Amino acid sequence: MSAREAILGRVRASLGRGRLDVDKSAELDARLNAPIANLVPARGQVSGAAAVEDFIQMTLGAAATLEEVATDLEIPAAIARYLASENLPARLVQTQEIADRLDWDAVPQVETRSGPAVSEDEVGLAMALAGVAETGTLILRSGVQAPTTVNFLPDTHIVVLRRDDVVGGYEEAWARLRETCLDADGRLPRTVNMITGPSRTGDIEQTLQLGAHGPRRLHVVLVG
Amino acid sequence: MRATSHQFPENVHEALANPTLRQALSKMRGGFPVNRAQAISRLPEFDALRDTARDIKNHTLEHLDFYLERFEERVVANGGQVHWCETPQDARQTILEICQRLNARSVTKGKSMIAEEIALNDYLEEHDIRPVETDLGEYIIQLRKEPPSHIIAPAIHVTKDQVIEAFREAHTELPADRPLDEPRDLTDEARTMLRQEYFDADVGITGANFLVAETGTSTIVTNEGNGDLTQTLAKAHVVIASLEKIVPTMEDMATILRLLARSATGQEFSVYTTLSSGPKRKEDLDGPEEYHVVLLDNGRSDLLGTEFREILRCIRCSACMNHCPVYGAVGGHAYGWVYPGPMGAILTPTLIGIDQAGHLPNASTFCGKCEEVCPMRIPLPQLMRAYRTREHERGISPKATRWGLRLWRFLATRPRLYGAVTGLVARAIANLGWGQGVVTSLPLAGGWTSVRDLPVTQGRTFRSLYKQTKSYPASSTK
Ligand code: SF4
Repeated sequence: MSAREAILGRVRASLGRGRLDVDKSAELDARLNAPIANLVPARGQVSGAAAVEDFIQMTLGAAATLEEVATDLEIPAAIARYLASENLPARLVQTQEIADRLDWDAVPQVETRSGPAVSEDEVGLAMALAGVAETGTLILRSGVQAPTTVNFLPDTHIVVLRRDDVVGGYEEAWARLRETCLDADGRLPRTVNMITGPSRTGDIEQTLQLGAHGPRRLHVVLVG
Repeated sequence: MRATSHQFPENVHEALANPTLRQALSKMRGGFPVNRAQAISRLPEFDALRDTARDIKNHTLEHLDFYLERFEERVVANGGQVHWCETPQDARQTILEICQRLNARSVTKGKSMIAEEIALNDYLEEHDIRPVETDLGEYIIQLRKEPPSHIIAPAIHVTKDQVIEAFREAHTELPADRPLDEPRDLTDEARTMLRQEYFDADVGITGANFLVAETGTSTIVTNEGNGDLTQTLAKAHVVIASLEKIVPTMEDMATILRLLARSATGQEFSVYTTLSSGPKRKEDLDGPEEYHVVLLDNGRSDLLGTEFREILRCIRCSACMNHCPVYGAVGGHAYGWVYPGPMGAILTPTLIGIDQAGHLPNASTFCGKCEEVCPMRIPLPQLMRAYRTREHERGISPKATRWGLRLWRFLATRPRLYGAVTGLVARAIANLGWGQGVVTSLPLAGGWTSVRDLPVTQGRTFRSLYKQTKSYPASSTK
């Protein structure tokens, strides 16, 4: 008998039954194929301007910084200003998704490159799929347009988030994932990153340190 | 790791006599519990979410076979593979074979308690593969050649000075006179030392906080970002997880996520919650080429059929140990195996045997704090009591305990005699206090009073007071 059959057999013996019958399996499959939200706390049910306000407060509370701009056209200049104010080099690696969206011609002093990040990259720029108001959490997903290394290797991570993409709770973010990110076979992207503030550790005498292995700084550009 | 749970009493004596450990542990009390209380006060639905989470896990465990099968199907559809492992040896062997097939010289590791449970590092080293722990706490204890002492803060027993010492000893390629006094310096040094390791490793191993049946996803919850670099930069991502990590849907995971960080560190949400669904897609620009889930049973399928089933709801948040007076006094190493504190007192005897770990369910004051804070509503004291009963029935409890219980039964079934004897004892203990309010040394109970003071009795027994007033004494109405 395979290990798989042995384990499943013991599980069933412990549950005092054999394999589930067809009806029960169908019932559970229905639960899997059309997931229903459980209790969502009130702060996960906000929307519109209230959700954006909550998102901003929670993001700042998680030690990230944030700037609001009106349109995409303003983003390159805003990023150039941010890099200068933090004494960071005017050089960054961006995802293709961002490259397709932004026009850097207005700020020629910022050198940009598109693609996955390498260890020399100091600043990474990516686009969020959604922002979750209840905890100030950004949702990013991988894909040909969005390599994951951009989110983790550089010391500084800048994320563009559209105001319209701010949702109340995680369940709404899942709905967006299912609507817009499944492939032809209905599969999720390889990775979905939920990011709340910059990397940190408390492993040395419970003293909080930002920038353990991931980015030391997380800067959100909220557009719209 | 070799279990020393059988010598728990000796371990405790050692721990209590260790001033460095006491210093390190004292920091915990002002940290995690305080932050947890604040986080929970900001979420009015917290208790209702606990009920929901309990029900989700109970439902999952009741249909565990079904959800495990669905999970595997979807992992395969995502291009990954599930390896079913009955024993720690099976799991170690499976991981070794993956490493050897890829000619791995080194593997990076995110924090995983299951990897500790199967003693993976020692095994890889025996086969000339270098495991590199990348979580800062795990890295520190790896350098110090120690097991973790806490499930989310593995180096909580280590002081800053000890970290400095370990780093100076290990990082000899760095200038000897470099400043290293601040936690900042230490964090930066670990960051620098580990950066290249992520690129050099052929295999990246992480644990999993959740396995999602709906999507074939494994999820890790971390603050440092090391788990992400581990799985993104290696050729193969190996997830090691035990059966009970499964949840049906992403919605179910969301509910439990709302409890996890708040119960653990008191954060609103951890920094990185990462969902991994298979290897790199054809068109992806980065990510691992292979994705494996090593699914460990190690006794859990049998545990499911016992009165201890409820411990399988545990999400390893550590709230029970953070609030436990016994853990707070002796730390994690005294428990002698991977899982300390109240959850360990239940899990350890079920995993390594009651003969090895029979002391642990007794390491409780039954104050009930663990159950009060457990986000999954696991009745920890009740489970510990069930162990004590089992132990007594099997006749492996200590002689003195059995003798004492027999004496008590003799008295308790003879009410007049009981009243007379307890009255005498109450008066005697009151006199022993010499007016100090506490007894510092009690005959026949030296084991108790050598490390604690016993408050003196007030001279009368409850029964005699009750008889007098025919009602509960005012001070104890409740
Ligand atoms: S038993 Fe409860 S409190 Fe303890 S670690 Fe598990 S879930 Fe957390």
